[in-house]
Amino acid sequence: MRSPKLDALLSRYYTIIIFLIPALTIFTLFVVLPIGEAAYYSFFRWNGYGAPEKFVGFKNYEFLFKNRVFIMSLKNNFYIIAISLFVQLPFALLIALMISDKLRGAAFFRTVFFLPFILAEIVTALIWAYIYDGNYGLVAAIWGFFGAEAPFVLGDKDWALVAILIVIFWKFFGIHMMIYIAGLQAISKEVLEAAKVDGAGPITTAFRIKIPMLIPTIKLSVFLSLLGSLQLFDIIMPLTGGGPSNVTHSMVSYLYYFGVMRMKVGFGSAVGVVIFLICLFIAIGYQRTLMRDDNENKF
Amino acid sequence: MKTNFRTYYLYLLLFFLAGVIIIPLYVSVIGGFKHTGELRTNSLGLPIDWKFENYTSLLANSDFWLFLWNSTVYAVGTTFFVVLFASMTAFVFAHVKFVANKFLYNYFLLGLMFPFATAILPLFLRVRDFGLLGTSWAVIIPQIAFGLGFSIILFRGFFRQMPKEIFEAAVCDGCSYTQFYFRFTLPLSTPILATVSVITLTGSWNNYLLPLIMINDESLYSWPMGIMVFRGEYFTDWGKILAYVSLTLVPAVVFFFALQKYIVAGLTGGAVKE
Repeated sequence: MRSPKLDALLSRYYTIIIFLIPALTIFTLFVVLPIGEAAYYSFFRWNGYGAPEKFVGFKNYEFLFKNRVFIMSLKNNFYIIAISLFVQLPFALLIALMISDKLRGAAFFRTVFFLPFILAEIVTALIWAYIYDGNYGLVAAIWGFFGAEAPFVLGDKDWALVAILIVIFWKFFGIHMMIYIAGLQAISKEVLEAAKVDGAGPITTAFRIKIPMLIPTIKLSVFLSLLGSLQLFDIIMPLTGGGPSNVTHSMVSYLYYFGVMRMKVGFGSAVGVVIFLICLFIAIGYQRTLMRDDNENKF
Repeated sequence: MKTNFRTYYLYLLLFFLAGVIIIPLYVSVIGGFKHTGELRTNSLGLPIDWKFENYTSLLANSDFWLFLWNSTVYAVGTTFFVVLFASMTAFVFAHVKFVANKFLYNYFLLGLMFPFATAILPLFLRVRDFGLLGTSWAVIIPQIAFGLGFSIILFRGFFRQMPKEIFEAAVCDGCSYTQFYFRFTLPLSTPILATVSVITLTGSWNNYLLPLIMINDESLYSWPMGIMVFRGEYFTDWGKILAYVSLTLVPAVVFFFALQKYIVAGLTGGAVKE
């Protein structure tokens, strides 16, 4: 007869193996290995058929950083990040502070502001492609009202990126607002009561108590915003497709047009690796503060 | 007096903002009912001459339904496997003590920070070499792989907050880990199961880049691909395009109102604990 202890031990190993294998296999094969392979392929010129043989060293990277369109896409990504961090998030925080209090109609505004986030990015971009259309859209109607000929903002080199940034703002400020509201609701009522008793007004309370206590939440939203901005693709496609004259590409749309569509596996992978390195750089900076496990010592 | 004034401006700002959000959605839905000529002259008002044809012709279009069906297959398939595999993995991380526990958890966690775009070309080659191109699995399997990380975090957090006493009592009664997982953990985890399902479903439903890379065969197109093809065909025939947009927008909004609680919980519950 086997001892119950041995049974428990066997059961444990059995469970570990059976329960972990599906997720580990799929995750390793389709997430971890492809990222490693991207790094490897980026040193070759290769169309994806046969084995990669034409080793070119850092040529793909050299070409990339001399390529005007790629530099432009890199810049665009940084504009997107800058606007997100310095305009969108503070604005979302402001709105969150305004409607988290006992404001009448707060639930209504919350829902409305969050609404764009649930739309598919493709759909959002198509709606705005219509709005921006100089013949038919809302922009045309507004200009027409003033008796002016409407511009085609999406076809204008100077304005196309601004138009995209407005769409990004429209779609994503609601999710950040929602994250902040959730954070604000977690602040204990006693603290706020105490501040009120001490005679702190709404503005003092916001700056001295609410915002400092929201720091972990703000870090989370900054992180999400950074990673999201770096991977922007869906919104660009229906709006400009990277045009006019390739001035509105993001790094991912650049990767799609110049790597995937032309089946340049080596070159495309080099673009992917650059995106990866930027993300890694950001993630390392965040790792200690954000992804720290709150119950580190339980095991 | 002063507070009244402030409230007044506050509402002014909030209503203005609500208008900025709602008006584009409103003109899109209403635009689908308009003739091209009317779109030019009357983009804000209700249609003078209601044109239902844009909507009815789409509803009679078999491709439209095919693309919706394909997206449903991708979304349901992905969600089923993500929920199953991620909850199993998280269960082990939460309840079973073993040497590599922490290490393996971090392994999945790191994957969360990797941008999907980096892997896209090698991923395509792998899917091709496995002979999955031309099947639904070409979309479903990569989506499972990239959905696991975040789902595991959510599940693990939830499982660890379940009272330890149930687990200990069950083990004493000779319940194995597997039995415990099916009889206690899953039935007691409906909120987190719902949250992960809703996040995975919407993520898959709205995904554009992955199907775009993986799918060549038009009979397997997802609806975002379909809508882009449609846009290519009727470039400035906005009435038709807006009708298509509206028909996908309405279910999304209904879905959102029904399950808002879970969506928000999933987006904020994962990490805002501190």
